[in-house]
Amino acid sequence: MDPETRMLPGEVRVFDPAGLERLVEALVEAGYRVLGPTVRDGAIVLDEIASAGELPHGWTAEQDAARYRLRRRDDDAMFGWAVGPHSWKQHFLPARARLWRAAAPAGQGPPTIEEEPPPERPLALLAARPCDLHAIAIQDRVLLEGRYVERDYALRRRDAFVVVVNCGVPGGSCFCASMGTGPRAERGYDLALTEVLDGGHRFVVEVGSARGAELLAAVGTSPAREEDLAAAHAVTDEAVFRMGRSLDTAGLPELLAANLEHPRFAEVAERCLTCGNCTAVCPTCFCTSVEDVNDLADGSAERWRVWDTCFSIDYSTIHGGSVRRSSRARYRQWLTHKFGTWVDQFGTSGCVGCGRCITWCPVGIDVTEELAAIRARDGEVDRALAR
Amino acid sequence: MTSVGSKPKLAVWKFASCDGCQLTFLDCEDELLAMAEGMEIAYFPEATSAEVEGPYDVSLVEGSITTAHDAERIHEIREQSRLLVTIGACATSGGIQALRNVADVREWIPLVYATPGFISTLETSTPIADHVQVDLELRGCPISKSQLVETVSALLNARRPRIPTTSVCVECKARGTPCVAVAEGTPCLGPVTQSGCGAICPAYGRGCYGCFGPMESPNMAALARQWRELGVENADLVRALRTFNANAPAFRDASAELTR
Repeated sequence: MDPETRMLPGEVRVFDPAGLERLVEALVEAGYRVLGPTVRDGAIVLDEIASAGELPHGWTAEQDAARYRLRRRDDDAMFGWAVGPHSWKQHFLPARARLWRAAAPAGQGPPTIEEEPPPERPLALLAARPCDLHAIAIQDRVLLEGRYVERDYALRRRDAFVVVVNCGVPGGSCFCASMGTGPRAERGYDLALTEVLDGGHRFVVEVGSARGAELLAAVGTSPAREEDLAAAHAVTDEAVFRMGRSLDTAGLPELLAANLEHPRFAEVAERCLTCGNCTAVCPTCFCTSVEDVNDLADGSAERWRVWDTCFSIDYSTIHGGSVRRSSRARYRQWLTHKFGTWVDQFGTSGCVGCGRCITWCPVGIDVTEELAAIRARDGEVDRALAR
Repeated sequence: MTSVGSKPKLAVWKFASCDGCQLTFLDCEDELLAMAEGMEIAYFPEATSAEVEGPYDVSLVEGSITTAHDAERIHEIREQSRLLVTIGACATSGGIQALRNVADVREWIPLVYATPGFISTLETSTPIADHVQVDLELRGCPISKSQLVETVSALLNARRPRIPTTSVCVECKARGTPCVAVAEGTPCLGPVTQSGCGAICPAYGRGCYGCFGPMESPNMAALARQWRELGVENADLVRALRTFNANAPAFRDASAELTR
């Protein structure tokens, strides 16, 4: 037996850049629809890729509040960047997804309902980030592990193969080290790669599952040496110190609950566009709405699930109107849910520190800055009101 | 929406406009026959010279009010219509011709017309809703075909049409377009503009120019600050706001503020 086929979860191997090409080929051959990072429209986006040649070879991106700029690196790194505008949510919980179709041909009895079939091929995520894995775990909890299971999500999520790439180059908006969600993946992957440039361009790969081991056998790897392991750890250790941002997470649910009338909410409302970009780029925001469409000609109907946002007035409209007319109320709902009531509801924070909401907010509203400002004047107003 | 067995009667009316929104109706190639099947097209001069007298179940109204005659005519149409739906930037905000609202139309007339004496016009161009009750607005210059089909389909099936009033950003993100403002520094009106177009312009690498008018809660002051940070002069933002929806209250007030 080839020694490689006996690889076990937990084993660490090494392959060179050509191995990455074989990895993509192996995923395609195994029947996966391979999704990975690629450069398009001035950003590193997540899209279907057919070969490693489509990866953002030699690219990076500068990130800060309301600013993202694609830049050339002076080396051949494939994964020398953090996260882009897309998250895997786009593929597991797409912005628009048909849930079912109903047909009611005249004179042919009751309507028939046909649920949307499962995707033809399971997804393979190439270069998910550690924070992305935490985001996926959060969406799993919300959409799969509650009383109601989101069937469409379950079908897309099922059998997905996950190749995580540990982070070596955090973005200016990243704060996963504060959230405990990166820059190194602990679990939730089939393969975990660390790209090492020092001492020769190579990938140190940790096997996370039996099928990960099986796939890796087709790639051609060599055992990891001590110096490979040390180099891989150095990459993520250094990333911790290069985080663009940080957040004091101590007692955030209590802090927010005690500061609902904090003046900062009115200040941020002056800046907030209520455009919904933050919720769209957030890898954990899961709110959706359903819309029914009907064909004018044949009377058939379809139900679609579409992304919704707590920044819309309609989202909180109930009998008598919207309960969150003001942008202050809408921003407060989002922030207090994400960092506070999410914990009560789902047992974890709703934030994974990816920084997408900071980078892609057109006016650069920064959750780490907002939470720090609330903490700086903790309870003043709410205490005064309570008296 | 009508008694069983009779088709709803539809009328399409034109005021000051370019006819582009009516053409969107005719452009509904795949759905046009089904729409014509489901409704009686009772009045639609752009499409047919046949004319059926009112009252009408649904009136689609294109164009803005720019003459005294039109200001009277819209009341007659309202009286004859169970539901009145305005279509397009002209009908919903006054259109590009509402630029006269921030100028002196009497100064403009001789510049445009060879025989100004023949021109009898109001000083302003105003949306239909300034004159009569409007039941639903379809925004855009021109309107979106899919929103029109959705509206007709909803009316024929006695359900509420789904016409979101959120920002263009919602559609831009849904189609996966990286933000042109954040990734390229391109000024974009998307955050303050209502969705419905499918975020076409950013998908082609340019900023939104606001042809669907203000979204439900536009923060114009925040957008103006962002544009200044992107290096745009106030005068240029004023020009961007004074196009097809120059008279939409949020755009009108913001541009007035910026020129003060």
